[in-house]
Amino acid sequence: MTGGTAARGPLDGLVERVRRDPGAIGALFPAVGRTVGRGPGPSGDPDGILGPTVQDEARAALVSALAAALGDGAPDRLAEEVEALYRFGDAEEKRAVLRSLPVLPDGDAASRLTAGLLADALRGNDPRLIAAALGTPAAAALDDHAWRHGVLKCLFSDVPLDAVHGLGDRADAELGRMAAGYAAEREAAGRSVPDDARRLLSLTHGETEA
Amino acid sequence: MRIFDPHVHMTSRTTDDYRRMYDAGVRALVEPAFWLGQPRTNPGSFHDYFDGLIGWERFRASRFGIRHHCAIALNPKEANDPRCAEVLRTLPRYLAKDGVVAVGEVGFDAMTADEEKAFAHQLSLAAEHGLPVLVHTPHRDKAAGTRRTLELVAASGIPPERVLVDHLNETTVDMVDDSGCTLGFSIYPDTKMEPERMVRILQRRGLDRVVVNSAADWGHSDPLATARTGEAMLRSGFTRDDVDRVLWRNPVEFFARSGRLLLQELAPYSGGAFAGNSILRAQHAEPDA
Repeated sequence: MTGGTAARGPLDGLVERVRRDPGAIGALFPAVGRTVGRGPGPSGDPDGILGPTVQDEARAALVSALAAALGDGAPDRLAEEVEALYRFGDAEEKRAVLRSLPVLPDGDAASRLTAGLLADALRGNDPRLIAAALGTPAAAALDDHAWRHGVLKCLFSDVPLDAVHGLGDRADAELGRMAAGYAAEREAAGRSVPDDARRLLSLTHGETEA
Repeated sequence: MRIFDPHVHMTSRTTDDYRRMYDAGVRALVEPAFWLGQPRTNPGSFHDYFDGLIGWERFRASRFGIRHHCAIALNPKEANDPRCAEVLRTLPRYLAKDGVVAVGEVGFDAMTADEEKAFAHQLSLAAEHGLPVLVHTPHRDKAAGTRRTLELVAASGIPPERVLVDHLNETTVDMVDDSGCTLGFSIYPDTKMEPERMVRILQRRGLDRVVVNSAADWGHSDPLATARTGEAMLRSGFTRDDVDRVLWRNPVEFFARSGRLLLQELAPYSGGAFAGNSILRAQHAEPDA
C-alpha cells in the first residue's frame, strides 16, 4: 500500500478554496482521494471501520473549512451543505461526513442534521456507515433505543465492537438482554456465539471485560 | 416437485435464476415489496419500484413459465424515514390491483414508534382491501419483535389465518403457532433457517399452516432453497405429498384468500415483448428488434 498519508500541499490548497468559495465543496469533497491521497489513518484500517482513513480526515478538514467560511451566522446553510454532501455522496463520502459530524459547531441545526444522518446510516447495512455512525462522540445524539439497536446491528454486520465509541460507558442491562436473545438464537440454530456477543454480555453483567 | 415460493425478491435476481427455478419446479411466486439494500429517499422511488413489481417483473417471470404475484407495502425499515412514509397515501391505488395478493412486507425492524404506526396503519389497509398480510419479523431482538407483532395483529381484528408471520426460527415458532397465524420460514444461508433445521421443526409440529420460502434477494441467498428443503424432507422420510403440501398447497391456500391468485400454467420462453423489450434480445431477435 502506497497511501497512508495525506499530501499537505494539496489539502491546504483545497481548504483555502473552500474558505474562499464555500459552494466549491460540492465538487472538491468527492475528489479528495485523487487530489490528497488514500489509505488507512491512525487506526491502520483501510476500510475506515476502526477509525478514519486519510480521505476521511481530509474531508473533515474541508467540512471544518466550510464551517469557518460560513461563520456562526449561517447554521442552516452549513447544515444544508453538509446534508447535500451526504445525500449525494457515495459510501466513502457518506462515511467521511459521518466522521466529520463532531466538527460542526453546536446548535439546533447541527443537532437535527446529526440525528437525521445517524438514523440514515443505521437504517442501511453498510458496515462502513454503521461503524462511522457509532464511532464518534456524535453518537451521543442517538437515543438509548436507537443506540442499542445500532450496537446489536454491529453483530449482524461484521462491524467489530472496537469501532463503537464509548461502548463500555453506555452499554446497559437492556442491551445485555438483547445480546442474550441473540446468543440464544445462535445456539438454538446450532451456530457459534461470536466473541463480540460474549463481550457485550460480560460488559452488561458487570463483569470485567476479557 | 411443484413449488410456490411465497417470498422471493426477483427484482434482484437474473434470468438464469428464473430458468433454474423453473427447472427445479417453481411455477408461481410472491415478491413482497422491501428495500433496495440501501435506503430510498422519497416516495417516487417506491412508485417506480411498485410499478416494476406489477409490470416488468411479472412479464419477465412469465417468459420463464412462472406466475409472478406481489405484495405491496411500506417496509418497516423505511417507515422510519419521514421522506418515505408519505408513500402510505398512495398505497391504496396499488392494493387495488390485480396480481397484488397481500400487504407486505410490514412489521418491525428496530421496533420504533414510527414502525409501529406504519404497521398498524397497513394492517387496517389490509382489512379494508380484503388482503392477507405478510409480516417480516426483525433480525435484532427477534423474540420481542415477534411478540409485539402478534399483539398488533390480534388488536387489528384481522383473522390470524390471513396473516403470515415470516422469518421464524426455533425461538419464535411456538408463539406464532399458538396465535393461529400462518408460519413462514425463510431458508437463507447464515442468518435464517437451513433445510435440515426446517425438517426438524416440521417433524416436531407437523405441516399444518407452514410455508417455506427462499427470501432470495441481493444478499447471499439461494432461490432454490425451497427445492433444497423439499429434498431434505424426502431424505428424512416425508412423502411427496407432504412436500407438495408445504411447498405448494399451503402457500396457495394462504394467498388464495386474496381472491387474486392466477395459477394457470404458462408456456415458458413464449414470445411477446414488454414495452418493446423482449428480455431475450439477441438470442431470439424479433423482426422489429
